[in-house]
Amino acid sequence: MELLSGNEAIAQGAWEAGVRIGVAYPGTPSTETMESFAEKEGVYAEWCPNEKVALEVGIGASAAGARVLATMKHVGVNVAADPLFTAAYTGVGGGLVILAADDPGMHSSQNEQDSRFYALAARMPMLEPSDSAEALAFTREAYDLSERFDVPFLIRSTVRISHTKTPVEIGPRLEHDLKPYEKDAAKWVMMPAFAKPRRKVQDARTAELREWVEKCPYNVVERKGAEIGIVCAGATYQHVAEALPEASVFKLGVTWPLPARALEAFAESVDRLYVVEEASDYLSNQIRSLGIELSAAPGKELPPDGELTPSMIRLAFGMQEAEHIPTQGDVPGRPPALCAGCPHRLVFKELSRLRAIVTGDIGCYTLGALPPLSAMDTCVDMGASISMAHGFELALAETKHRPVVAVIGDSTFGHSGLSSLLNTVYNQGAGTVCILDNRTTAMTGQQGNPFNGITLQKRPTRELDLEGILAALGIEDVSTVDPHDMTAVRSTLKRATDSENLSVIVFRAPCVLIDRTRKPAFTVTQDCRACGVCPTLGCPAIAKDPDTGMAAIDDVMCIGCGQCAQYCGFSAIVPTADRTKGGADAR
Amino acid sequence: MPVNATNTTTVLLCGVGGQGTILAADLLAKTAIAAGCTVKLSEIHGMSQRGGAVTTIVRFGDDVSSMVTDPGSADYIIAFETTEALRNAPYLKQGGMLLVNDESIKPLPVLTGSASMPERARERLCELGAVLVPAGAIAKTAGNAKSTNVVLLGALASGMDFDLALWKDQIAKRVPAHTIDANLAAFRAGAEAAQGVKA
Repeated sequence: MELLSGNEAIAQGAWEAGVRIGVAYPGTPSTETMESFAEKEGVYAEWCPNEKVALEVGIGASAAGARVLATMKHVGVNVAADPLFTAAYTGVGGGLVILAADDPGMHSSQNEQDSRFYALAARMPMLEPSDSAEALAFTREAYDLSERFDVPFLIRSTVRISHTKTPVEIGPRLEHDLKPYEKDAAKWVMMPAFAKPRRKVQDARTAELREWVEKCPYNVVERKGAEIGIVCAGATYQHVAEALPEASVFKLGVTWPLPARALEAFAESVDRLYVVEEASDYLSNQIRSLGIELSAAPGKELPPDGELTPSMIRLAFGMQEAEHIPTQGDVPGRPPALCAGCPHRLVFKELSRLRAIVTGDIGCYTLGALPPLSAMDTCVDMGASISMAHGFELALAETKHRPVVAVIGDSTFGHSGLSSLLNTVYNQGAGTVCILDNRTTAMTGQQGNPFNGITLQKRPTRELDLEGILAALGIEDVSTVDPHDMTAVRSTLKRATDSENLSVIVFRAPCVLIDRTRKPAFTVTQDCRACGVCPTLGCPAIAKDPDTGMAAIDDVMCIGCGQCAQYCGFSAIVPTADRTKGGADAR
Repeated sequence: MPVNATNTTTVLLCGVGGQGTILAADLLAKTAIAAGCTVKLSEIHGMSQRGGAVTTIVRFGDDVSSMVTDPGSADYIIAFETTEALRNAPYLKQGGMLLVNDESIKPLPVLTGSASMPERARERLCELGAVLVPAGAIAKTAGNAKSTNVVLLGALASGMDFDLALWKDQIAKRVPAHTIDANLAAFRAGAEAAQGVKA
């Protein structure tokens, strides 16, 4: 028996099913699925620049006859939605399974969308495991189902499934030969003449799926009392089992299509039927649309957003919360922060000094929005920094306005910033674009990307030449700057934002989590005048004494980047003589 | 219906990103499995890795359903830091064990002067019945400053029923070979420290 996370279990299930090819773009909470798959025997796996590309690679490999796993977070499904909808028409060659990992509670996401609506809208069947054992079994079997019904299968997980380790039995790999590829334009060329008949194929397949799902063993009825019946799925099922041990439960393992007749029979077998679901009304609406009546929970209404817990479900059914120690009012928040020595820090400090309008993007550097840097105006989705900056410039063109600066990371630029920048160039837009090239996809755990030239399975490739690409796009004003150098950051930003023309600044220095070189820590001398400037950098190694206002540097946390020393007007921040204590080894 | 109808034991580990809560949770989970329990271990990572607050939940017993916990429901809380101990104290079940590493790490809003640390944190934790263990100092004395988390596990183990050999087995399997002795010493010292505080 192994203790696997839901993500590891999905990777294991795919491997056992003989999957040869894995494609993904990293995104919490899906990332470890492809990392785990990539380490298995006899597979090929790659990071792609974005989820759309990943799914298209996957559809190609499936068409060619291989079994394929594609993984992404919920917002990644938005990016991949274009091929996803049409893949539900073409169907598959080799089995194709797509993981959509949702993040109710938004632990690490910009929204809380429910990927089950994609299954409904695309008419693509969706399995929803409630622990790692089911994640493994459902994924393994989804490949046979995908080939049997000639359609990709979606696996939906949530953060509590993806990131919870539960016991599983692992099995051997069943090698799966490539299905011989034969040209079949009516199946694979989705132009109107062929897509129209494929739509009929899809409808016929949906009818078959609706029959299959009525008897599908993944949907389980746990019959207890006749008073209360609960319909639920995934992690929510586990909370229901904990909170309402006396209730009869219809656990859905398939959340599209729903087993209409089985649900009707279950509804008739209980006095009152309830749906318990998290941050969504997908199941409630779908079940009501079958003509099944649902009751409102008798107690405190379940929240429409965020994660559920057993206690919330107990409260909804009229029980009390456990007695507990009251919430301690004076506990300060502990938000995440840019690491000590992070190469992004000075760029945000200087943008803040410039009072620029900063359109931000998705990555660690979104933390530049938080105090004390507070140097970001917007963050919407991958690549939006550059296109939104163009929008700001268009709207403010006739006005006297503060400089507009887009800030985007290297991996996010490769994901979808490139096409945004192409648009700005094409439409002769202005503004300044800062590409924070820290040589890695840092936020999700330091993955490779086209710009650092590291592939998922460490196969040799080449680093993309970022400045070369910018030149090829026809951008005349391109600078490359060391982001640890305050003077260079300040003067380059000033010059670029003073210009009427589009400019791009590449700030290049490795993330401190990939480059572990440590220099002697800095320390604050008696010359400190308590001016309060260095704490405004928001470095977790610098503390301001609440009484004296003097600065102090934590010599264990400080990595010796020297950023703060450049801001000290009294030369009171100096490097220590040697690095015998603290630093990387002690962390 | 009683509030907790199951015989599941719930342990909430909390601290600051990078403190080693996840390894401690893993060792606890593996020990519970070795003792014949079924286990769920739920962790949240992502944004929280950048010095933010982290919590990991380990639940074990004959049959474990939910992977999360609620206020008043954790049998054990292991806090790697005093502020996080206060933040998470409401999760403690009445009669549960609140084990705290006697160390404070200032969050960024405190470092920059826009917030302050909780007042009388140690005293308040003691009033709540917490067992405070200077785990960092104990780890250093035991020979490896990085084994603070193992000291805390030792302290936790002293309040649990698992055979000590099961714990030691898991520790020996998981830590780097040259640190096994120091980690086992840290584990023993943690157990002794907790016994000393409680006595």
